[in-house]
Amino acid sequence: MKAWLWNHLDAFGRTITRLARAPVSTLLSIGVIGIALALPVGLYVGLVNLHGLTRSLAADPELSVFLALDSSAAEVKHIGTRLRSHASVKGARFVPRDQALKELKANSGLADVVDSLPQNPLPDAFVVSPRERGAKALETLRDEIRGWPKVSHVQLDTAWAQRLEAGLKLARLAVWLLTTLLAFALVAVTFNTIRLQILTRREEIEVSKLIGATDAYIRRPFLYFGALQGAGGAGVAWLIVWAGVLSLNGALGELSRLYGTRIELLALEPADTLSLIAFSAGLGWLGSWLSVNQHLAGIEPR
Amino acid sequence: MISFSQVTKRYPGGREAIQGVTLTIDAGEMVFITGHSGAGKSTLLKLAAGIERPSSGTLIINGQNVSALRARAVPYLRRNFGLVFQDQKLLFDRTAFDNVMLPLSIIGFDRREAARRVRAALDKVGLLSREKSLPVTLSGGEQQRLAIARAIVHRPTILVADEPTGNLDAALAAEIGELFRSFHQVGVTVVVATHDEAFAAPLRPRLVALKNGRLAA
Repeated sequence: MKAWLWNHLDAFGRTITRLARAPVSTLLSIGVIGIALALPVGLYVGLVNLHGLTRSLAADPELSVFLALDSSAAEVKHIGTRLRSHASVKGARFVPRDQALKELKANSGLADVVDSLPQNPLPDAFVVSPRERGAKALETLRDEIRGWPKVSHVQLDTAWAQRLEAGLKLARLAVWLLTTLLAFALVAVTFNTIRLQILTRREEIEVSKLIGATDAYIRRPFLYFGALQGAGGAGVAWLIVWAGVLSLNGALGELSRLYGTRIELLALEPADTLSLIAFSAGLGWLGSWLSVNQHLAGIEPR
Repeated sequence: MISFSQVTKRYPGGREAIQGVTLTIDAGEMVFITGHSGAGKSTLLKLAAGIERPSSGTLIINGQNVSALRARAVPYLRRNFGLVFQDQKLLFDRTAFDNVMLPLSIIGFDRREAARRVRAALDKVGLLSREKSLPVTLSGGEQQRLAIARAIVHRPTILVADEPTGNLDAALAAEIGELFRSFHQVGVTVVVATHDEAFAAPLRPRLVALKNGRLAA
């Protein structure tokens, strides 16, 4: 057990030395892997951020119920009670037409235009918070209220969020496709670097075999090499994405200040970072395993 | 310990390097295999050390039939041997110490014990002061002794050497001969292929002469 552990530590140490001894080629291969990975990882981070944004916006779907302009106070009151007593309505806030006009005047900077109007063009309205958030339930509710007398229009505020959600689903598929393709690239890059390594270390492999090294012993440092290279590539990809998010946040900060909101992009979460490294190291390991198995058989000492 | 029975080794292309050799080497023997170059000495050694498999005939090493041995078992068979090659096969990118460490690292020795043994082996061949040197900085005789240190560091039961004095002068060859004699004295089976009779004579080994791949009677 102790010997086995030493064997692994020994192989690991030798691999580190070998990586450090050829810094340029090490950095280049790690850089290639990192850039290849940064593409899907960056897209993924973008998606996660967009998703978080839509969730916060669409967290409380609302229905805006606009009444007919000629509805009387009694009719308005009747619709109000009918809404509040509806089984699938959590609450309804009344927005009288005068108040709506005042708000429009105050918030939109259209005071002059509003003042020049001969009469208030806005209808009375209710802002309804439904009990259920499902798209289906919301649409059913909208269609029902739309049929009531003196209701001229019902606006479902989540429609755009749903459209965005569908778009995100498509983008997520694209991320997976890209990831699969670049995973192949990563395996291929590792396969090739390991092939070159085996060729340059042919003598050592031959001697080791002659002295009684098992295939596992010979394979081990190459597998470590592939896995380490993959993990290093993942580190580079993480750095690229982190730097990208950082610089975007600088620009976004200004934009969101102008809009009076606060939008901040998040980099990779620790759990995602770990799985990125594990994924990349695993692919590196796989690439070198394929390469070693392919090329080691050809080296039989004579 | 090593027993050849009607062993033939045919290389691709049909050349028969060894033909119908029957030979037994007992534990603790010192055997020198002599003959001109091309007589099949190297092939005989490679067979004896489990590096090559016979094309026909039976070869038994340490009670194991080599022809029937599974590929996975071959490395463990080879660990019984200490090998000194004609071209030494030192690794030029690592120090003398690390070269000698290789067999112990392969076996998976405890690190501290391994370092102790490496120094003992280097001391035995008189290279302890050069442990940090790279092989290129060593002279021909020193490189040969380094190769011997690597061959004996894991205390093999059989030492196999192919032309160990290949390009050494007589004085250096005699030194190597003395090393072999000392291993033989502590019970190691020594099998050496050489065409250098001056090197063999003072050690008074059992001589096996090969001619055109056959034992010369």
